[in-house]
Amino acid sequence: MFDIIVIGGGPAGMTAAIYARRAAKTVLVLEAVACGGQIINTPDIENYPVEAHISGFDFASRVQEQAKGLGAEFVFEKAVEIREENGIKTVVTARNAYSAKAVILATGSENRKLGLEDEDRLTGRGISYCATCDGNFYRGKTVAVVGGGNTALEDALYLADIAAKVYLIHRRDSFRGEEASAARLKQRENVEIIYNANVTKLISEKRLKAIEVTDKLDGSVRTIELNGLFIAVGRVPENRNFASLVELDEAGYVIAGEDCRTSAEGIFVAGDNRTKALRQLVTATADGAMAATEAVRYVNGG
Amino acid sequence: MAVIEVTKENFEAEVLRSEIPVLADFNADWCGPCRTMRPMLDELAEEQSAYKIVSINIDDEDELAEEYDVSSIPCLVVFRGGEEADRSVGLISKDSIAALMEE
Repeated sequence: MFDIIVIGGGPAGMTAAIYARRAAKTVLVLEAVACGGQIINTPDIENYPVEAHISGFDFASRVQEQAKGLGAEFVFEKAVEIREENGIKTVVTARNAYSAKAVILATGSENRKLGLEDEDRLTGRGISYCATCDGNFYRGKTVAVVGGGNTALEDALYLADIAAKVYLIHRRDSFRGEEASAARLKQRENVEIIYNANVTKLISEKRLKAIEVTDKLDGSVRTIELNGLFIAVGRVPENRNFASLVELDEAGYVIAGEDCRTSAEGIFVAGDNRTKALRQLVTATADGAMAATEAVRYVNGG
Repeated sequence: MAVIEVTKENFEAEVLRSEIPVLADFNADWCGPCRTMRPMLDELAEEQSAYKIVSINIDDEDELAEEYDVSSIPCLVVFRGGEEADRSVGLISKDSIAALMEE
């Protein structure tokens, strides 16, 4: 049995492992895919203290080395369920079950999909969720970005430098994202902003060829031929497997304050899957420290 | 067996005329998820001999990337008998990569 199991090997989970090991607790990090979480998609981190520039991949690799160096164990299996008996938590994966006195949920979030037919099949065949990863494939071509938050605005700006034409499709008449980005976009000659509209159909053969865009106000439908569609409509927390144990808010985030304590005794939450005002790398690692400290206190009987 | 670096010069010999199935990893140096996946591919290449794993850098080998219609990376393409048999886009777990190669 471990003292603490951390579910999720992103920055929050790995930082929790570091703090728990520094408190001499045994720690298992259960990660479904690979350590790093969504930060590995970021080519250049410029807002994490100490390093002016570091890639998300390098950041994640170094945190993992640090956690391993301190004695945290890593297992690559997806946690599908947590069972509780007499205060002992058992985390079940497809192949195994692991027990601990305390659990930290650091499962992060995943890209929200539009939910359109063929969206999965066309991912990688014209549909992308990462402009900085895949933008270069669309040099001189026509693309569209869907969304109205900071990611959508930044994606559209990034793509405006690469693609011949960029449509930005937003379901409202104003942007939630930063005003500076929105103002810069409006000045770009190759960017066309379509307000009050939803993408309602993907038209494809082997690859995506066009999209149908429906105006929310008058119901009119317009077909836009394009080579790429970048979907930036937010993220959804990955808490479904634990919904029966801990209280979630309407959007699916685990409800917890700054102390990272959930509604369940001995279960803590850290990172993007927690209810919070700012989801950034630095707040994820801060959560990791806090959740581990509280988990250690719980394991010690306090 | 280690992961083999493939260019358009040796693509036909290493992939299309391979006696055993081939897992081709289309990737780039600037792609974080590709770099994250690489150690898993290195391990799988060493752990078994039923198939081989090749790496194709899409910046150096843009003709191959275009020929196989790769527009999102990491992109894993399975070749059996010189034909594309399956493909997977995005970072996946080591178990999922191995499952991709099971017939």
